[in-house]
Amino acid sequence: MALELELISPFEVAKDAVLAIQDYAVLAMQSLGNFFRRPRYWGDMLQQADLIGVGSLPIVVLSGLAIGALLALNSASTLQRFGGITLIGQLVSNSMVTELGPLITGLMVSGRNASGMASELGSMIVTEQIDAMRALGTDPSKKLVTPRVAATVFMLFFLTIIADLLGLFGGYAVASLMFGLDSRQYWSNAWQTLVFRDVFMGLVKPVLFGFIIATIGCYYGMSTRGGTQGVGRSTTQAVVTSSVLILVVDFFVTKLIFALLGYR
Amino acid sequence: MATPTLPSENPAVLQGDSSAGAVVFDNVALAFEENVVLDGVSFHLPRGETKALFGVAGSGKSTILKLTLGLLKPDSGRIFLLGEEVTRMSEQELFDLRRRVGIVFQESALFDSLKVRENVAFRLMEEHLSEEVIEERVREVLRFVELERTYDMFPSELSGGMRRRVAIARAIITQPEVLLYDSPTGGLDPVTSNTIVELIVKQRDVYKTSALLVTHRLQDAFTMATHQFDKNSNQMIKLPKGQRSEVPMSFVLLRDGKIIFDGDARELAASRDPYIREYIS
Repeated sequence: MALELELISPFEVAKDAVLAIQDYAVLAMQSLGNFFRRPRYWGDMLQQADLIGVGSLPIVVLSGLAIGALLALNSASTLQRFGGITLIGQLVSNSMVTELGPLITGLMVSGRNASGMASELGSMIVTEQIDAMRALGTDPSKKLVTPRVAATVFMLFFLTIIADLLGLFGGYAVASLMFGLDSRQYWSNAWQTLVFRDVFMGLVKPVLFGFIIATIGCYYGMSTRGGTQGVGRSTTQAVVTSSVLILVVDFFVTKLIFALLGYR
Repeated sequence: MATPTLPSENPAVLQGDSSAGAVVFDNVALAFEENVVLDGVSFHLPRGETKALFGVAGSGKSTILKLTLGLLKPDSGRIFLLGEEVTRMSEQELFDLRRRVGIVFQESALFDSLKVRENVAFRLMEEHLSEEVIEERVREVLRFVELERTYDMFPSELSGGMRRRVAIARAIITQPEVLLYDSPTGGLDPVTSNTIVELIVKQRDVYKTSALLVTHRLQDAFTMATHQFDKNSNQMIKLPKGQRSEVPMSFVLLRDGKIIFDGDARELAASRDPYIREYIS
């Protein structure tokens, strides 16, 4: 079979990219604007909060514990060399609260829920269910997008706090069981090292990451074209894009908060 | 061939009286990139009438339904639905208008994560009616389509014909002023098709609902044009030849994005146009 290659002009590619960013911006703004317009779908928000929050709990619990434990395990050997094993609580606490807690939780929830949203909404697009919803006089942006955005932002905030706490427990388990560190020493170090800036940074990030996960998942779902193959493509793109965006935004938010509230 | 009266020739439309019909298309054109789908399409659906849209696959029949509801925007021309100019309305304004219209999609487009009850009750739940009222209305409309037993089932548990009937139930539950049917009998066996045709005729004759019907099955449309629903016997009965002109049913035939015929069953059967003769033979 002869393979036909179609050349696409760079201008077309750039135009498509700009259009995609514009469409995403419109969807993201609408998802926020819908909070101020009736009707509001509280029932759908609760249902999504259950699916996203409670459904993601096992994966967040496991990854939080594992990251805290691994962080303690990896840093202990270096700290031991300099006689600073007592600082392990400080290191785990700082890393988990400011960086690893929000980041790992964001990436885990992105892998689970951005893909879920893209595939669910994408399937609804290709089977004309979204058109049917519009035809029945219901705004899909209000009914489907806003509840997902609200639920993801709200639940990711609390999931991150849970991951932070479990990370600290994971670190404590390694420090105490493997390196014989006193429990009081670990927890007082972990507690005292945290300042307002660290906690603020650790709580701002999940809000932004939650917004990215839900809006990207919904955007790729709602812009699905091309049947079941298109649904698969949207799902993959949603996970890749939201993960990359989370990493990029994480860097800039960290930089911005350091610039505003001072470096350590 | 019958010469259709175009809305732009219709004095009511020219004078801006957009209440002239349930649906009015005035010189509507639409193209997807290079592909011209509709090219200057004009027709007028009077209130209470059913208009069947015919044409080969890809002739723009389903697009007309989507344009009527404002799910798509035309490149040019004007579309009126229940007196409102759809082409000038924003998406938010259209949501209110769409609540007065019902549509049955080609593949039913039932919400697959909702049960039949929730699918049919979707509009009522959006209006926050009480549970008792919703249950009563859903059961009533499911009885109308003879599917009350599917109340607690999911769409995936239904056959194609049953899904189509549930879609009809969802479309008619609020007694809309206009109904749009997109190939409601496509791909179904003759018995199920006949049941659906009977439901459409019942809706037309009992509730006097205006309707646009997209179909490939000419025999279905001719059945509708020659039958009337009898409330007493609760079935569709064939009318004698002399009474058939009273049936509020007309036909539109599309070819290459243009309307080549707009008239009733008698005019269609009498047409000498070679393409129409071939199409209806």
